[in-house]
Parts: sequence; C-alpha cells; structure tokens
Amino acid sequence: MRLARLAPVLITLITLGTAARAFESEAHVIYEAAPGSPVLRILSTTDIEIFEPMLRAFQESNPGTTIDYTVASSTEMMNALMSEGQAFDVALSSAMDLQTKLANDGMARSHVSTATSRLPDWANWRDQVFAFTQEAATLVVSPAAFEGLARPRNRQDLITLLREHPERFRGRIGTYDIRSSGAGYLFATQDARTSEIFWRLMEVMGGLGTHLYCCSAEMISDVASGKLAFAYNALGSYAEPRQAAGEAIEIVMPEDFVTVMHRTALIPASSRSPGLGGAFVDFLLEAAWSGDPPDYYPFATVNPRASDETPSLRPIRIGPGLLVYLDDLKRASFSKAWLDAVVRE
Amino acid sequence: MSDKAVITGSIRRRLTFRLLLSSALLAGLLFVIVLNFAEKVAQVSQDNILDASVTSILESATVLDGEISIDIPYAAMAMLGNVSDDRVFYRVTVDGAHLTGYEDLPRSALQANERGRSYDTVDFLGESVRMATASRLLARGQRPIHVTVSVAQTRGGAQETLQEIWRNAVYLGIGFFAVAGALAVAVAQSAIDPLERLAASVSRRGPQDLRPVVAEVPREMAPLVEALNRLIGRLQITLTRSEDFMAEAAHRVRTPLATVRAQAEIALNRMDKPENRASLNDMIHALDESSRAAGQLLDHAMVTFRTDQLEHVPLRPSDLIAETVRRLQPVAGLKDIAITVVAPTDLRVTGDPILIQNALGNLLDNAVKYSPAESDIAVDMWAEDGACHIQVSDQGAGFPKGAGKRLTRRFARGSNSQGTVGSGLGLTIADEVAQAHGGRLELEQNPEGVGACVSLVLPLS
Repeated sequence: MRLARLAPVLITLITLGTAARAFESEAHVIYEAAPGSPVLRILSTTDIEIFEPMLRAFQESNPGTTIDYTVASSTEMMNALMSEGQAFDVALSSAMDLQTKLANDGMARSHVSTATSRLPDWANWRDQVFAFTQEAATLVVSPAAFEGLARPRNRQDLITLLREHPERFRGRIGTYDIRSSGAGYLFATQDARTSEIFWRLMEVMGGLGTHLYCCSAEMISDVASGKLAFAYNALGSYAEPRQAAGEAIEIVMPEDFVTVMHRTALIPASSRSPGLGGAFVDFLLEAAWSGDPPDYYPFATVNPRASDETPSLRPIRIGPGLLVYLDDLKRASFSKAWLDAVVRE
Repeated sequence: MSDKAVITGSIRRRLTFRLLLSSALLAGLLFVIVLNFAEKVAQVSQDNILDASVTSILESATVLDGEISIDIPYAAMAMLGNVSDDRVFYRVTVDGAHLTGYEDLPRSALQANERGRSYDTVDFLGESVRMATASRLLARGQRPIHVTVSVAQTRGGAQETLQEIWRNAVYLGIGFFAVAGALAVAVAQSAIDPLERLAASVSRRGPQDLRPVVAEVPREMAPLVEALNRLIGRLQITLTRSEDFMAEAAHRVRTPLATVRAQAEIALNRMDKPENRASLNDMIHALDESSRAAGQLLDHAMVTFRTDQLEHVPLRPSDLIAETVRRLQPVAGLKDIAITVVAPTDLRVTGDPILIQNALGNLLDNAVKYSPAESDIAVDMWAEDGACHIQVSDQGAGFPKGAGKRLTRRFARGSNSQGTVGSGLGLTIADEVAQAHGGRLELEQNPEGVGACVSLVLPLS
C-alpha cells in the first residue's frame, strides 16, 4: 500500500477508533526511529498523505525521534485535548476557533524561539497559537457549467447570475455543511461578520437547492466531475494543485472579499515532551515562513504582506473574537439562521 | 604654635550629602507616585474596555418567544483582543442561573457602583483576571428577570504596560536624582563660595597688612568678619603700641647716651694712665654701638610707619645714590676706601624717597663698616626684566656660608661680624623697604672674589 511504500520505518498503521482512545481518530501512523527512542506525538486535522514529507524531513534532521501522527476531526481533537486530557506534543488544526479556545482556556504551553519571533503579530497569539498556512475560501467553478456566462467577479454578480439562470444552477451548488465542518462554520461566521450579502447569497443558494459537504476535497471533486456548477467557500489550497493537475475546475477569488484562514499549531499543556513539540513547531514555522518554502511544505507559500497587497483578502484573526462563535447560544442561533436560509425542505 | 585648624567634618560635604539624601527621597517619592498613578490608569483603561464589552453583550440580550436570547457580538470579544493577547472569559446568568459562557468564572463579591457596574480582580484557571460585571432587567411576560454579564480578561497586557511604565519611572527617578545631585553639588559649592573668597582674601594679605576686611559678604558671615576685624584692630593696636614703645625707648636712650659719650671723651682727654684710657676707649666703643642701635631702631620704626602709608613719588635712583655716597664719603675717607658709582641717570622708579635713601644708606654703611682699609666699594645700577637693580659690592669678609635670608631678620648678624659696630637691623630695614615697594633684596658673595654683594631690586616705573 501507498503509505508503507513511502515510509520504510512505518511500523504500525491503526485506523478508525482504537480502544485506548475514547475520541475518534481517523488515522494513526507511527514512524519509528529505534525502539525506546523519544516519541513526538502529533494530533492533526490534516491527512497523513499531505503531511508525510514534512514528518520525514523532520525525522531526518532529528534522527532518533519516533513520530506518532494521529488524524482526527477538529471536534474530536477538542474532545481529546479538552475533555480527555490526552497527551499530545503538538496539535495542528484548521479550526482556528477551537485552537484559540484551547489556548484561552489554558490548555496550551507558551513557546518562544527564533522561529516564533519571526512571525508577524497576527500569526502568533500569546506565543501559544501559531499560524503556519494561509488558505483562501474561494469559489471553485466548473467551466462547462458557466459556458457562455461571464465568471462572477463578486458575490453580487453571483447572486444576479443565480437569479437570471436558476435552471442552469438548480441542484448544482455545493458548500460546507457548517454543522459537520469546523472550517465551514468558521468561513460562514466570518463571511456573515464581514458582509450582509452573505445572507442574501445563502437565501438564493438555498432557494436553488444546495448540496452540503463535509470537506473541500469532495466538493472540488464534484465540481470537476460536473455534478456541481460551483462550490462556495472551497479551500483554494486544495483546488490549486488539482487545477494544475488538469482537472476541469476554475478558481474564482471574489473581489468583494475573500476570507482567509490559517492552520495553526499549538503545544498542548498535556504534552509529555514539550521540548520535542517545540522543535517540531519551529521546524514547521521555519518551513512556512521562510519565504521560499522547502519541497516538503505541503501548502501554498505564505505571504506575510498578502492582505496589504490584496485588500480584499480578509485573514481571520486569531484571538478572543473567535470565542464568540463557539458560544453555545451563538452557535445555535447562527446555525438555525443558516439552516433556515440554505436548507429548504 | 601651630597654625593648623582643628577640623571636624566639612560644610560642603555635609551640605552635599544632605541635599543628595533629600534628592534621593524625592526621586523615590516621584517613582512611587508615578507608578501608583500608572497602575490606576492601567486599571481604569482595562476596566473601561471590559465595561464596553459587557455593555455590548447586555445590549444583545432579548426575549424571544419567552426565551432569553443572547447574541454575543463579535466585537464584544474582538475589542479585548485588539488591546492585548490576553485570555478572555465571560459568563451570562439569568436570575442567577447559568446561561452561557464559563460557568466556573468566580462571581464578584463586590457591590455594583452607581452605574450598576462592579470591577473585581479574581483568580481563574490559574491566572489573575480583571472582571467587569453588569446587570440588566428584561421582562418575560409580566415577570422581570435579571440578566447578568461578566467579562474577565487576564492582566498580561496591563502588566506589560505597567512594566514599561515601571522601567520609565526608574529612568525618570534616576534622571531626577542625577539632575538634583548635580544641582546639590553646585548649590553646596555656591554656598561655600563666599567663605572661600573671604579665606582667600585674608590669606592673600601681606604680613604687614592689618587693615580691616571690607570685602562684601553674605549676612550670615557678617558676625565672623566683624569678629575678625575686631581681632585685627586689637592686634594693630598692640603692634603699634610696641613699635611706639620701642621708638620712644630708643629716643629716650639716645640723648643720654650722647651726653655720656661726650663726658667719656672729656674724661679720656684728661686721663694719662694707659689702663684708664683703654677702659674709657672700650666704654666709648660700647656707647657708639648702643647709640647706633638706638638710631637704627628709630630708623626701623620710621620705615615701618612709612611703609604703612607708602608715598608714591617718581624718583631718579641715581640722584638718591649720589646723595647717599656724598653723605658717607667722609666716613669712607677715614679708612681710605674708594667708592665708585656707575648709575645711568635715565632710570626711574616710583616710591618713597626717604625710605629708599634710608635703605641705600644702610647698604652703603654696611659696606663701609665691613670693608678693610684701602679697599674699593662699587655701586652699580642697571635695568633688567623691568626692574632697577642697585648693587653695592665690597671687598670685606662677605657673608658667612649659608646665612642667606636669615640676615634680613631683625637683630640677626653674620657670624663673622664680631668687632664691628652693628645692630643687625640694617639689612632688615633694606629688605622691608624693598618689599614695601614690591621689590626684593638679594644677598650674594661678590662674584669678583672676596666681599659681599647686596642688590636692592625695585620695579621700574
């Protein structure tokens, strides 16, 4: 199998809910250096395939370190760290709000190094939460579905298009299901915060019948296959390589605003080897913020001045503002409003 | 008697030390006040932003279908994040029952202020947090309900600001102390200045100067100066009295001495016995010596008196030399001594002619006295370095080795002067005259072999 071929030192591959863990992990892999060597335990929302080159590069520069990589959804990750107090040395997540809450509630360790000092202010919260990617929520469109139509430049254009050509788009619209996707919820709340037009767009999309997805990858696949005419708020970082690989998709960055999220790293307070965790965080940040990322860095190059150069980019700020949408009442009322708009039974 | 003062401490040091001490105290006080003030300001600014956050959450509370709904605005939390990277906690309760947020957040024990707010510092999740709490009344049907919102924030940002201010306050304190210290040193110096000026002006005085101190001094020093002047006055009176007494004594003695000498001469002429004549000759010799001493004592008293009220008249020293030589010529003639004078007539000095002539007379008199018969005395005068040098050199025994300046003291005589009539006042008088005119007396051996060589050096006018 593919993972075994990539990892000669790969010893174990455990998938889907081991008995020792109460939280649900999606995948678990161990890169063993030598028996008895120190173990770096990483809990991540990112698939193993994407991160493996990075892990192997780290192991190469730190021989004698066994890496234990567990993949879980952001919600399960929260359960593992917050409720169960599971011991991990690094937590990598695309759910900025949950990472912020972990740090805010004292579940993260502070880490200061030359690598962290090089981050711009907005990429480092309390020396505990560190941004290591910059990923835009984009409109991924199927060129075939838009044949004869101008590509929408902004959300207003999109609304107009949907109103003018309801038959063309009915049942061919996809977006995140904010109930199951942390990233989707994050994007939706930030969009709603940025502009009222979000709600109008949701109403229109709801009226035409919108498919809800858990993940960007599936949304993009359905656009590529032509099942969807477009996917709203799909991650550009997922779409770009697939477009480059020749799939039939186009990426549109709306000119009114583009929400940009960051994957973040933190060292959980429960870490048993925080030194090792810090070393990995430094390794990751150095790769991300070097300006010229090495091959093993799996994401688009981070540009610290992106929002200065392109004012329509709205990076999500790490900070207590994100706690607002984790509030149970807020979440309930937002989800209800969203469902009312998007899901018409 | 030693003229060293008994010293205990220093006014300047004491003053400087006390001023420095008070500067340090003031600097410390300033530091504490600034810090205290800064702490209040930091506290108030954090309270204000917490207050704004609480208010915006309270305002989002509505009653919807009989249910309390709280729609926390994004800004309520984001505004706290704008100020610092501090952790933020909140809690909403309805009639005391938990609604949302951090249930374990401690409840404020403090009473609300007149605006319905309370601020408290409590510990939560292992950190000290500042918490603002406010309530609002809503109506559910007919029943009023209390919605209470607390927002808390850790104090890292405030502490950081405080630390920054603390650092600045330290610099401020140190700067203040440095400036105050420099001022203290300057103030101590300026307080001491009049005292030092007075001390300098008193010690600059010549040995004869017994005038009262007239320098301007601050009021605090007036008693000291007055006491000093009274002391000087008493000293002056005592000195004058003793000089007067000496002059009077000399005067009283001289006349009877002359009478006795005349009688002795007469007796000598009548005596035939050689032993009687010898003792009468000894007697006349002793009388001469006493008479001469008395004369010089009178001269000295005169010099002392005149130097106190020195006249300044333009003079031609060559005239004074010629006059003095003329007066002593007969005495010199008795011993076949030739006096040669080389004195340019174009040199001028300013001074008291009687004093200068007296000094010259003493020098020439000495030269004649101590010169052997049939020798030469040379009087030379020349100008050098803005001074008029009048040199009298003889071919006598010269000065004993190592005598030097000692000979200018009162009644001091050379060890080789026995057998010569003298009082030991001649050089003293010449020296005092020279000093009164701002000049000096130089004693040396005659560079041309034997004999003494004395120079009276007076500034040229």
